[in-house]
Parts: sequence; structure tokens; C-alpha cells
Amino acid sequence: MTAYLIRRVLATIPTMGIVAVFVFLLLHVTPGDPAAIIAGDNATPQNIAAIRERLGLDDPLWQQFLRWIFQLAQGDLGVSMFSNVPVSTLIMQRLEPTLSLALLSITLAVVLAIAAGVLAAWKAGRTLDRVVMGFAVFGFSVPVFVVGYLMIYLFAIELRWLPVQGYRPIAEGFWPWLRHLIMPATALGLAYVALIARITRASMLEVLAEDYVRTARAKGVATPPLLLKHALKNAAVPIVTVIGIGVALLISGVVITETVFNIPGIGRLTVDAINKRDYPIIQGVILVFSLVYVLVNLIVDVVYTLVDPRIRY
Amino acid sequence: MAVALPETEARPKRGFARFARRNPTIVTGAVLLLFMALVALFAPLIAGDPLAITPINRLQAPSSEWWFGTDHLGRDVFARTVYGARVSLIVGLSVAIAAVVLGLVIGLLAGYYRGLDAVIMRVMDGLMAIPAILLAIALVALTRGGVLVVIIAITIPEVPRVVRLVRAVVLTAREQAYVEAAVATASSGLKILLRHILPNTVAPLIVQATYICASAILIESALSFLGAGVPPEIPTWGNMIASSRLFLQMAPWTVLFPGISLALVVLAINLVGDGLRDRLDPRLARRM
Repeated sequence: MTAYLIRRVLATIPTMGIVAVFVFLLLHVTPGDPAAIIAGDNATPQNIAAIRERLGLDDPLWQQFLRWIFQLAQGDLGVSMFSNVPVSTLIMQRLEPTLSLALLSITLAVVLAIAAGVLAAWKAGRTLDRVVMGFAVFGFSVPVFVVGYLMIYLFAIELRWLPVQGYRPIAEGFWPWLRHLIMPATALGLAYVALIARITRASMLEVLAEDYVRTARAKGVATPPLLLKHALKNAAVPIVTVIGIGVALLISGVVITETVFNIPGIGRLTVDAINKRDYPIIQGVILVFSLVYVLVNLIVDVVYTLVDPRIRY
Repeated sequence: MAVALPETEARPKRGFARFARRNPTIVTGAVLLLFMALVALFAPLIAGDPLAITPINRLQAPSSEWWFGTDHLGRDVFARTVYGARVSLIVGLSVAIAAVVLGLVIGLLAGYYRGLDAVIMRVMDGLMAIPAILLAIALVALTRGGVLVVIIAITIPEVPRVVRLVRAVVLTAREQAYVEAAVATASSGLKILLRHILPNTVAPLIVQATYICASAILIESALSFLGAGVPPEIPTWGNMIASSRLFLQMAPWTVLFPGISLALVVLAINLVGDGLRDRLDPRLARRM
């Protein structure tokens, strides 16, 4: 198993390598002069030449790539074209809102989705099951920003229960922090809830058909412990895997959710960078988000290899 | 939605009614989708000019004259919503076709030629790690292109899903006796691939294509919403919502109608996808 774990950890290196190649090529192979793109619409030829010089764009591509990778390996994500602040600093400054939003959303989604999925599997084919699965299709279909604005209109503008937009750091108190995050986290988590609920239901249905579940029932085990201890525990691997894969959904959603609710996080940073074509920031954010995705899925794999004695490599 | 409805039919019915009874999700979705497609196709006959600016009529509530109201520039929200269907459906359909074709070719190669497999799958793993919306945003932002660039930018992150699916099907099919028999009779590799393995991919690919279409429409709307989509002078549901969001309180209809249309189209496609999955791919149906 140790050998598997080592191999699994090492496998992330080529994956991140490929990500780095893509992110590098994005700027260098797409049509147009990267220096001109970075310089923007009003650049003079001198500006462009200066940028070419500064970024070493006249060197062969492989040299540029190696130099860039070497900088990345030292944690240097480059410098914003506009503010001249290191991209890593910008990302760190914006980390708290994004992390708060993502973690709250994951927590909400996992709790709700697993509960819904277990209930749907328990009542498979009945009304409750139909309702849960209908909601799941709905959750996949409504875009984050549509849900977001509908919620803002209903709960903030009409009912005035929650603030319209914005973010309060948790240092200013737990309640203001939570109040500002309830709607964004719900909107962001909707598709994630749908995904996890569906897989929970499917995985539970498979386990509930097993002989030992029937045996437990015959022995007189009550329904709640039967569902949770006997079934859910054994249905956990596909669920946990999907929670990991679904992080990709969440990351894409963060960019949109932060725009809708005006949350000053990494997503806003990205959108602002797109509008200004601040390329180093876009590159840096893509790399960091991809790394997060790869690491989350690494952790998921490692954890259930360690926890589930049935998985042996 | 994955629930197979029990057969309650005693007397066999014929034709559409019977199909509709057995496949309520497919039919509901398909009818809705057909309606949207017709609206998009005949937009000029149904609606007025989506670009006409009439400042005197700004932010009018829905009425008999303005069915969906007007936006902050006095543009007809109904006309813009109708025309917006065009971009969504064109992008959804094109991405689904492009991603399936590309993914099918790459997946067949990876599954059948073991030497290529490791390289291709590493590249796909890397591509899958990049958040789809961010990759598409970056591509569009760089090239500042039109609809074609948006289609390409959304297709690229969708391809790995198809590759993985096709590869899995090929790997299973390779082990089947009829493929071994074909190998034993010294059929050429290409012939085995096309005649014996390719047909296995059709059913799961049709299902996957519908999901990719839904996902592409969602990503396109997100790109337009974030200002990194098709040029802003083309009305799309995403850029309609983006340009109206400041007027949410005064004129909720400017956000509501494009939002509902978007959700309905994606819902319709997902319903068709779920229905097809239950019919065509029972293995997947049990898993989801």
C-alpha cells in the first residue's frame, strides 16, 4: 500500500506538469503577440518592445518555459501587469473570502446532499425519492448566477432578510460573516448538492441490495443505524470520490458567485484581471485552482485507501 | 429521474402516445427543446428588433406591448430573449458534436493502442484539472474572438470526459470473445476498431453528448455573463443578465426572463439525457 501511495503522490507531478504546459502555451501559442496582448490596446511600439525585453519573449520557447517553470518551483507566480504586485501576494490577500465561501458551500452541500441521497435511496421509487431526484435535475440545470439573482431579489430586496451583496471578514464577527455568505454558499452549492445527492442515492441503492443489509434487518437492527452504520459507511467510496471530483464544479462556480455577490475573493480578482487582460494573474489563478483540484483529489484517494480496508493495491 | 417506471400498460398502444407513456422524461425534454429550437430558428418572424434602442421606453414592465418588458436602454426583452436562444443552442450543439468527435478519435486511439494510452491519459488528466470556465475565459480573453472561438474554448475542456468514456468502453470491448475472435482471424487493427469496437461507444456517447450540450450552454452563459463571451452586441442570455443586474430591484423582469429561458433549455436537455441514459445505458443508469 505504501508503494501505491508513493505512486499516487508522484502521479500528481506529471498532471501538474501538463497543466503548466497548457497554461504556458495559452499565452504563447494563441494567435497574436503576447507582448502586445499584455501591453493592451493603447500601447506604443516602444512599450511592446520593452515588455518583450522584460519577459524575454525573444528567447526560444523552451528556454522561456524552463525559466517560467523554475520561477514557479520557487513559488513565484509572476507580477501583475497593472499593479506590479506579485500575483502570489494578490492571491493571498483574496484568500479568506474565497476559502470561507468554498468551505461553507462544501459543508452545506455535503450534509444536505448525503441526507437527501440516503432518504431517496431508502424511499426509492416513492414520492420522496422523486422529489429529491427531480430537485437534483433542477440543480444541475439552473446556472449559479440565475439562482444568485433570484435569491437576492427574493431574500434581500423583497423580504430584506439578508444583505444584498458584499463580504464581512470573520474577524468582524461570526454572525455578520455568515449572514453575508448564506446566499452565495447556497447558490454555489446547488449543482454540487445535485451531484452528490445522485451518487449517494445510487451508491446506497447498490449497498441496500446486499445480503448483509438483509441480514441486519432480519436481526432487528433499527432503520437509522441500518442506513447510516451498515449501508452509508459501505457506500462511502463513490460518494467521497464524487465530492473530490465535484470540487472542479465549485471552483468554476466561485468565479461567478463572487461576481454576483460582489465578494472580494480570488474569483473577483480573476474577473477583474480578465477585463484588464492582466495575464500573469489569469495564469497564476488557473495554476493555483488546478493545484487545489489535484491536491483535493489526491487527499481523497489517499484517505479512502487508508480508511477502507477493502481497497488494496 | 433514474427511476424506471413500471409497466402498467395492459393493452399495447401504438406510436407516440405509447412512447410518451414509457419515456415521460425524454418526451417532456424533447418537446420543450423542440419548442426552443423553433423559436430560435424563426426568431425574426416571432420578435421585433432585439437591438433597437428606445430610451423613452426604458424599464417598462411586461405588458401587452412589451411581453417581457424592456431593459435600461429601452430594448425589447422578449426580442432579446428570443434571439438569445440562438447563441445558446448553436454553441451547445456545436460543442457537443465537436467534443464527441474529437474525444471519440482520441479515446479509440488511447484504448486500442496501448503505447499511446499513458501519454494521452496524462494529458487528459492535466486538462481535466484546469477549471473549465477559467480555461475557456482565458482562451476567449486572449483571442477576443467571436462565436467560433467561444465554441472552441468550451470544447477543449469537455474533450477529456469523452476520451475517458470511450477509452473505458474500448478497454472492456477488447476483452470480449468476439474481438478476440476477430484478432484471431487476423483482421486489421483498424477494421477491428471500426467494426467491432466503435459500435459499443454509440449509446454511451449519445447520452454523454446531451450532458455536454447542457454543460456547454451553461458555460457559454457564464462566459457572456462575465464579459468574456461572444461580442456584446450579440444578445445572449448571459450578457442580458449581466447588463441588467444593476436594475434588478427596479426591473426584475430583465433578469428573470433570460434566466428562466436558460434554466428551461438546460433542464430540457438534461431531461432528454436522463431519459436516454435510462433507455440506452442501463449500466450507467444503475450507477447514477
